[in-house]
Formats: sequence, C-alpha cells, structure tokens
Amino acid sequence: MSAPANKNFYGLMAEFDSPAAILHAAEKIRDAGYRRWDTFTPFPVHGMDKVMKLGNSLVGWVSLAGGAFMFANVAGLIWFANAFDYPLIVGGKPMFSVPMTFVPSYIMLIMGGAVGALIGMLGLNQLPRLHHPLLGKKRFELASRDKFILVIGAKDEKFCATETKKLLEALGGARVELVEDAD
Amino acid sequence: MSEAVTNLEELKRLAPPAELRRAPVVEGNKGLGWLTDKLSAFAEAKTPLWWWILFIPAAFAATVIFPTCLFYQVFTGVGVWGNNHPVMWGLDIVNFIWWVGVAHAGTLISALLFLTKQHWRTTIGRMAEAMTVFSVMMAGLYPAIHVGRAWFDWFMFPVPNSNGLWPQFRSPLMWDVFAVNTYLVVSMLFWFMGMIPDFAVLRDRSTTRIRKTIFSFLAMGWTGSARHWHNYEKAYVVLCGLCTLLVFTVSSIVGLDFCTAQIAGWHATIFPLYFVIGAVFCGFGMILVILIPLRKWCGLENIITKSHIDKVAKLALVSGLIIDYIYMMEFFIAWYSGDPYERWVFGHRLFGHTYMVLGWMLIGINVCVTQLLWFKKVRANLLLLFIIGVLINIGMWCERFVIVVGSLYQEFLPANWGKYLPTRWDIGLYIGTLGAFFMLYLLFVKFLPMIAISEVKSVMPEADPHHPLGGAKTGGEK
Repeated sequence: MSAPANKNFYGLMAEFDSPAAILHAAEKIRDAGYRRWDTFTPFPVHGMDKVMKLGNSLVGWVSLAGGAFMFANVAGLIWFANAFDYPLIVGGKPMFSVPMTFVPSYIMLIMGGAVGALIGMLGLNQLPRLHHPLLGKKRFELASRDKFILVIGAKDEKFCATETKKLLEALGGARVELVEDAD
Repeated sequence: MSEAVTNLEELKRLAPPAELRRAPVVEGNKGLGWLTDKLSAFAEAKTPLWWWILFIPAAFAATVIFPTCLFYQVFTGVGVWGNNHPVMWGLDIVNFIWWVGVAHAGTLISALLFLTKQHWRTTIGRMAEAMTVFSVMMAGLYPAIHVGRAWFDWFMFPVPNSNGLWPQFRSPLMWDVFAVNTYLVVSMLFWFMGMIPDFAVLRDRSTTRIRKTIFSFLAMGWTGSARHWHNYEKAYVVLCGLCTLLVFTVSSIVGLDFCTAQIAGWHATIFPLYFVIGAVFCGFGMILVILIPLRKWCGLENIITKSHIDKVAKLALVSGLIIDYIYMMEFFIAWYSGDPYERWVFGHRLFGHTYMVLGWMLIGINVCVTQLLWFKKVRANLLLLFIIGVLINIGMWCERFVIVVGSLYQEFLPANWGKYLPTRWDIGLYIGTLGAFFMLYLLFVKFLPMIAISEVKSVMPEADPHHPLGGAKTGGEK
C-alpha cells in the first residue's frame, strides 16, 4: 500500500487480542513519538490513561460547576422569594437563614452536579456525533466485543502509511489496515 | 496473546491458595466474546412465552386499570378514595413511601457498592437501577395527584405566577418536591449514562437496519476510545457519589415530612434514618423478587450467580436488623417518654382493634421472617428467598400503613377519632402502578441491555492487563 495524501485517510488501525497486548503496544507507540493516536477497547483498560498521559479528567470540574451553580441559584431564589419579593413572617423566624435554604439548595446541587457530569462527559468526548470514520469499518465492530484496537491518526506528524504499518505489525497488531475518511 | 503471558505453572504457583481466592464474578467463563453473546442474547432473541404471559396482565393493569382509576380520581376528586378526616393521608402516601423505598435499594446497589468496589454489583447493577427509575416514576405520581387538583401541581414549583405567591421553602413537603424530582432525573441520567457503552455493543451487533438505527442513535457515536472511557469513568464516579448522597437524602426528607408534625407516632427524631433503612430493606426485597425469576428465565445463572443472590440476602438481613432495632427503639421511647398519647398510639399498633393485624404482620415479617436469612441454607434456597422477598415487600407496606394511618386515626382528641378503609379506587390505583412498573420493567428487560455488558467484562480476570491469566484477587485460570 503506497502512502497517499494523508487527507483521504483517517489513520491506520491494528487489532490486538488482550488488554495487556494493547497496553504494551501503546507504550511503544508513545515511545516512538506518535501523538495523534488512540485505543478503542470494550471496557476501560487499567493503566491506559497513564500510558496515554491523559491526566485528570475535567468532568469533575464541570460537575462541580453545575452543582455550585444550582446551589447558589436555588439559595438566591429562596432569598428572592421569601425575603425580598414577598416577605412573609413564619413563626417569628428570620426572613432568610442558612438552615431553611440548605436542604432545597443541597438537593439541587446534586441535580446540577449530575447534569454537569453527564454534559461534561458528553462534551469532553465530543458526543453525540452522528458519524465517525472508524464506525464504517466492519472489523471495528469487534472493539465493543473482545478486540482491542489501536488507531494512529493520519494527521500525526510521524504518520507514514508504510512505516507506521510496519511498526504496528512489529508490535503484534493483526489486520493492520487503512481507515478511509469521507471528509 | 501478548508477550506478557508467561509460564502458566509459574502463575499458578504465585496465585493465592484455594481457600483465600474469591469466587469468580462470572461462572463458567469462556472469554469476552462469549460473555458479550451471553449478555446481549436476551435482547436479541425471539421473545419467549413467559415474557408474554407476564407482560399481558401487567400491560392490562397499566393501560386499563391505571388510567381508569387515575382519571376517575382526577375528574371527581380525592373523595373517591377512603381518605377523610382525620385520616387525610391514606394509601396515596403509604404507596408513595413504599415506591420511593423500592427505589432506594437500586441506587444503593449501583452507586454505593460501586464506591466500595464490590465487583459482584456489576451483574445486578443495571437491573437494580432500572428498578429505581421505574419505581420513582410510580412514587412521583402519588404526591402529584393526592393534592386533589392535579392541574394546580405547578403551584409546587417556584415559578412566577399571577397570584404573586411563592412556595414556602421552610416546609419539608416543599423539600420533597425537589427531592423526588431530583431523584427521578439523577437516577435516569445515571441509568442512561451507564447504558451508553452497552448501546454501542448492541449497535455493533445489530443485524437489522432498524436496530442499527435505534442503537446508533442511543449510543450517540460511542467508540470506546480510551479518551471516552477516561471521561466516562470520572463521570461515573461523580454520579455514583451524588447518587449515594441521594440514597440518604430522599427518604430522610420523606421522613421529615412526618417528624416535623406534632402527631404522636410521627414526632420522633429517628424518622429520617428509619425511612432510609426501611426503604433500603424494602428495595432489597424487591430485588430478590425481580432477580430470582429473571436469572433463571433469561438463562443468566452463570452471570447472576447464587453467590450474588446470597450477598443481596445478606444485605437484606443487615438492613432488616437495623429496622428491628429501630422498632425496638420506637416502642421503648414511646414507653420511656411517659407521654400518654405516644403510649396510646404505640399500644394500639399491636393491641388496638382496628389495625392490629397489620401491626402484627409488620412484626411477623420484618422482625421474625427476616431472621431466617441468618441461615446459609435459606440463602441458598432460591424459592424460599423469592417468598421472603415478596413477604418483605408486604411487611414494609404494612409498616408504612401502620405509621401513616395508625398514627392519624386516633390522635389527641377522642372526638376526633375515625377509621380509614381504602376504597376500590385506592386499591385499583395501586394495582395500576404495580402493573405499570412491571410492564416498564419487562420492556426494559426485552429491549435494553439488562446487564451492564462492559462493566461485567471489565471485572473479568482477563480484563486486567497486568495479570493476563488471572487477576491477583481471583487467582482464576482462563
């Protein structure tokens, strides 16, 4: 397979049989200096985030932001409703106090945190998306079953259809093939 | 296989001795591919006869009895129920608490057991979450219609309106509105997010165009990329933490509805804890009722093993024992307080002429029957466990009835006493919600991934990259 213009291709895809195999292959790919590559597995492989240097996921911060936003808003709403817009004395208690606002605000903190976690996860993963070049490959369907697939993107600076293919094969990758990109 | 696979004998030697090994999560494992086939088989196979036999009566209850009772009540008024002075909270609130309770065990199993790294939860987590989602739906319905004029439900939400009024945020009843709605939304989010990778599995396995389209849509383009998993796992942990908070919050707030009232029998600080544990106990009963038949009929005996059922039974026992302790405390404090009204109410729970049958059923089931779960033979006998699960649900229903009605019907002034009997509309609505719950559950089992496929795979020994022939914890062989 000659090396065509990289634009028509998404990348090179190789199959591995076990989590250990793909983890070791990923280490080698990283050490070889590749940057735009990813692994596709039926479940999260332990240690892969370290190999890929993914760092800490930002989802937690999105969730915190959602929770804090809701907490502050509900507390503010209660202040507005019961102390500002329609002040009403109930049992001689102050119009606004922390204990009375805490429970609804805390409940809505959970709501905001949960919605934030889901939106953060989808947003950071750039989901939902209608199409992905890999989803067009027949063999890629096995990535949700029992195969572990490593893909090196054609946009990687070091990408070379022949050399990269040789490297993947040397690492034990089976059925190394080019993935077309319709774009 | 990779170069990481080394000498099998060496690994066997390094593995812990047999008595220290944990039972494998899944029995008879033949690899990840086999597991994928096995776990998605039911959603893909032809619908079996038993499914129709259960579905038709459930669907009848859900689509005929349920709307009939619901609309008749909404159009006529709460007078069609047995609720009347002094028992203004009848079966509507009893069933509300019961349904919220059923929901709690699902969240506890899927969230709290995840945080405590109990691998066995992966096989039953999804089914427990589905139970949560559907039972919160049923629970949420009751407060919405027991207000009498359901078309004014929006008064409960803090929206600007032409009356210029706002809800009273000091009331636990108001907190309930927030709590139940949050519970519904968060448990659905959690359930749905957990299913995204499994929708991708079903998408990749689909053979017909329509299945492919539906599951592609639901999977939202999930590819299983390491970056996806990285964010997904973080979101999952966060959601688990938030759901665990909800387990302890929602029923506490329902308990606060009661204990802020002055009624003897309600006015006790133990109520929030009481309701949380009661909810969890009741939910474990429901889990047993759902899991035991489904694992057999869906051919999942290797996946949901007897050891998992045994663990659920143990958790039911623990929560049952806490409930028993709370019963003791309730009766003790009622006596120790010296309050004649408290003593009267608690005495009449067991020796009053009207509802003593329910009071003794409560003691008989929640205190006595639960003790059977101490015995390993009982926990291994699935038929018996199924019966105990049904009984726990009945016992907990009796408990809620005794708390709600048993405290209201004879309050402080004898001139104010009355009786409460549910009418056919009360009972019909309850049957309707049961039907709706089981109908939704059967649809879930049939069409959606009922076991978390990717989660189960991730706890298999061969999923651990550092021990290709068996994880350190299981010492299992491939």
